[in-house]
Amino acid sequence: MSETIELNTRGLLCPLPVIRTQDTVKSLSRGDQLIVYATDPGTLHDIPAWVRVHGHNLVTAEERDDEYVFELIVS
Amino acid sequence: MAEQKRAVALISGGLDSMLAAKVVMEQGVHVEGVNFYTGFCVEGHTHAIRRSDKAKQKRNNALWVAEQLGIKLHIVDVIEEYKDVLLNPKHGYGANLNPCLDCKVFMVKKAQAWSFMEEHTFDFIITGEVMGQRPMSQRKETLPLIAKQSGVEDRLLRPLCAKHLPETLPEREGWVQRDQLYDFHGRNRKPQIALAKQFGFKDWAQPAGGCCFLTNAEYAAKLQDLWEARGERDYELDDIMLLKVGRHLRPAPHFKVVMGRDEGENKYLEGYKNTFITITPESHTGPFAIIDGKANEDDVRLAARMVGRYSKGRNVAAFTVKVRLPEGHEHQLCVQAMSPDDILNTWHV
Repeated sequence: MSETIELNTRGLLCPLPVIRTQDTVKSLSRGDQLIVYATDPGTLHDIPAWVRVHGHNLVTAEERDDEYVFELIVS
Repeated sequence: MAEQKRAVALISGGLDSMLAAKVVMEQGVHVEGVNFYTGFCVEGHTHAIRRSDKAKQKRNNALWVAEQLGIKLHIVDVIEEYKDVLLNPKHGYGANLNPCLDCKVFMVKKAQAWSFMEEHTFDFIITGEVMGQRPMSQRKETLPLIAKQSGVEDRLLRPLCAKHLPETLPEREGWVQRDQLYDFHGRNRKPQIALAKQFGFKDWAQPAGGCCFLTNAEYAAKLQDLWEARGERDYELDDIMLLKVGRHLRPAPHFKVVMGRDEGENKYLEGYKNTFITITPESHTGPFAIIDGKANEDDVRLAARMVGRYSKGRNVAAFTVKVRLPEGHEHQLCVQAMSPDDILNTWHV
């Protein structure tokens, strides 16, 4: 059964949110969902880019109340 | 059919490493990128913090390069390990606090260690070095030294200047063809730009002043000041991040005041309110400030007056601020702003 994990990278500047995302994904299995919260606007470019180059599936990348939320499915 | 060889490329996000990886990919080698985060990388941070930089593109160039090349990029946090490179460089520093040669040895060595640790089976390592391009790390004498001291030896391939160097293992074994590698030399960028066009690259990062804060004289002076004030050469990530932000003034050896220069920096500094004494202007618009050091009551008053100097209350008799201690206690303070002449040039770090 797939898991849903939340990752808080608020206050971190890129590339740290990407590194934390990458390290968390390593511990997940195919089909698991990861939700990442960030405050650095750079993540709007960097997290989707990281997801694309590693072939995972980005479900959403959006700004909500002064922060950025990303939902991805591990491939 | 021969097994496809695998190479790990050090990707900085600049043109040279992008071309080096592409040259090897063109020869049928599977390439993945690795990028090491030392904490001193220029890109991203200041653009993310400063409001005046908001219009600048906030992409991570290494990731962007990986997308252009269609390769995986692994970003590795080396903040802790990098301390030894910066604090004890065997080969010394460049013009500022940049330990370029030790840094390159470290990164090549780390790329190999990473590939073993991750159970990736890579056959060789690629860098975008060009002989004669950098005064410290990319000289004729230092390129072989990097290969040797990193322990990677002849599994280190520099596709852009390979023809100036002895044959490496990938060339001898026929994994790559030497005649399809290059002989770039010196600081002239025209050959790289021509090759980029040949590959169809239309855009690439050209960081002004390099990609590492340690090559920046002002940043290096702030780091040196931090070490002198603390009486030891050490740092944490927050220390080196704070040096990238704000106006730093040290009116006395035991404390300094860091003031935001715009809304973005103010907001960033507010994130440290539980670590430092902070000053928030109340009666007039002005910079948010933190006091780094052991400040007494008089020091806090002086800091408030300094903040007043950079606020809209610089010409009034009563400038009010909120002083907050790290544990949360707050009180108001009313001061007269310092005059510009009272802020000594020597205070500016």
